[in-house]
Amino acid sequence: MKRVYVNEQWCLGCHLCEYNCAFANSGETDMAFALRGKTLYPKIRIEEDGKVCYAVSCRHCTDPLCVKSCISGALSIEDGAVCIDHEKCVGCLTCVLVCPYGAVAPGPDGAASKCELCLKNSCGAPACVEGCPNGAIVFEEREAVMT
Amino acid sequence: MKQYLVIGGGIAGIHCIEGIRSVDPDGQITLVCAEADSNYGRPLISYYLEGATDEGNMSYRGEDFYEKNGVSAIHGVSVTKLDPESKTAVLSDGQLLPYDTLCVATGSSPFVPPMAGLETVEQRFSFMTLADARALEQAVSEESRVLIIGGGLIGLKCAEGLYAHTRNITVVDLAPHVLSSILQPESAQIVEEHLREKGIELLLGDSAKEFQGSRAIMNSGAVVEFDLLVVAIGVRPNTALVKEAGGEVGRGIVTDARMQTSLPNIYAAGDCTESRNIVTDAQGVLAILPNASMQGRTAGINMAGGEATYDGGIPMNSMGILGLHIMTAGSYYDEESGGKTYFYETEGGYKKLFTKDGHLTGFILMGDLNRAGIYTAMIRERRPLDSLDFEAVFENPSLIPFGRAFRKQKLGGEV
Ligand SMILES: Cc1cc2nc3c(=O)[nH]c(=O)nc-3n(C[C@H](O)[C@H](O)[C@H](O)COP(=O)(O)OP(=O)(O)OC[C@H]3O[C@@H](n4cnc5c(N)ncnc54)[C@H](O)[C@@H]3O)c2cc1C
Repeated sequence: MKRVYVNEQWCLGCHLCEYNCAFANSGETDMAFALRGKTLYPKIRIEEDGKVCYAVSCRHCTDPLCVKSCISGALSIEDGAVCIDHEKCVGCLTCVLVCPYGAVAPGPDGAASKCELCLKNSCGAPACVEGCPNGAIVFEEREAVMT
Repeated sequence: MKQYLVIGGGIAGIHCIEGIRSVDPDGQITLVCAEADSNYGRPLISYYLEGATDEGNMSYRGEDFYEKNGVSAIHGVSVTKLDPESKTAVLSDGQLLPYDTLCVATGSSPFVPPMAGLETVEQRFSFMTLADARALEQAVSEESRVLIIGGGLIGLKCAEGLYAHTRNITVVDLAPHVLSSILQPESAQIVEEHLREKGIELLLGDSAKEFQGSRAIMNSGAVVEFDLLVVAIGVRPNTALVKEAGGEVGRGIVTDARMQTSLPNIYAAGDCTESRNIVTDAQGVLAILPNASMQGRTAGINMAGGEATYDGGIPMNSMGILGLHIMTAGSYYDEESGGKTYFYETEGGYKKLFTKDGHLTGFILMGDLNRAGIYTAMIRERRPLDSLDFEAVFENPSLIPFGRAFRKQKLGGEV
């Protein structure tokens, strides 16, 4: 399945992916209106320490701990993508407690918030990938990395 | 065609059915569930009482789950006896059900110790089932005075649910602090302050000596007048079926890593079993939903002839209580028990991490909960602390201190 991957060596840490994500999921048509002065809840997030930077979003694990741990059944796998039903989610945040990548976060509506690959918003393809100025974020099929 | 019997339609039972179907699309599955309701997340009953969810949204796998999975589901009837020799189960309505393999996913029951005069209390409740939550919802009004015996997770979640209806709530616990099984005194005090600020009365280090109708006389001499009583002292695993059939039972039903009991063709999963605590290596009951789901699936796959193992878990919890959110995991070792702790004040909260023998063993978080799963994974995977800049992670959970090779594996390909 195609997933979002970040090539760490190309990431500039510009945070544009966070803005594009928040905009894509805002339901608004104007970016400035959607984002200015608002608390953003991007589903992709830059981690940086001055030397290293890269973006992290849901890995859409093949055997996801969040889905197995969800107390309400709000998290499920749809065609390989880990999706969340905001109506069912009660905001217990057990998914935040178990995600090894820190890729699920408390969201604005009391429910948990996570990347759904822009499959459910009007973009239809990951906005973070489309808007990455350095081509660091890609949407492609990859195999597991062997150690 | 193989005949499967699943006893209990909680999370373990549902995942068992999914596990069976992932291997065997055709076998006959019968589910027997003592509760009239099944296929719902038990932890949601407090959210239901609070009005934060409804019965439609509580359906764990959707209303059509049994139909879609070809399950004949029998509700409101319990299994009373197992006969491993003849491979039959006896039901409370007298029916005999034959099986090839079966799964005991019977969960636990509220534990109500003998208390003087308890029978004189008219409006008396447990808080374990959707039926309990409905009954409380029916009984409670704005004027109701509620007394909850037990300041653990279930008692406090019940208080939260009832708080949407009435502000007259008293919680009693024999322990000197609330949530004594998952918090330490200093973190419990934060919760207590929060609850008291909300107007919830706490009587700690106390217990009810005697009930007289709508009065409870405490050990301390205090008298509490109430309209509704909730007893939420604890739960006990439902192990009788396996025990009476001669199977091995410790604190919970004993299974191997494939979730098979000591009895042939009989598997068990969920709150009724005991499992290995990854941190302490001790056997015990880990009565949490993620365990039930993983064990249930493992049992189902093996019942149907597939191969799966469950290798243990850790206690963990994420709970909100009237706006204060707490996350806990693992085991707490302080200096006295050979551990080393790390404490941080965080935005609007508190973070305490426990280490022992070069591993993170547990944590308590309040306030900033972001990326807590990075810690949980360090505990579960027993990641040696000397393999990374652990103090950097403790201060701010991220994947940076784990190094590039780790990230390449975890973020650079399918996981
Ligand atoms: C208020 C509350 C809040 C909770 N919050 C959390 C939380 O936040 N996070 C978390 O991880 N866990 C939480 N838990 C615990 C969680 O609900 C359990 O770990 C989980 O439900 C276990 O699932 P199970 O399938 O093993 O058992 P259950 O869900 O208990 O299901 C067992 C079923 O078997 C049926 N049964 C029993 N005996 C028989 C019989 N002889 N014949 C037929 N049927 C039988 C019962 O009626 C029941 O329907 C909470 C529990 C409660 C009560």
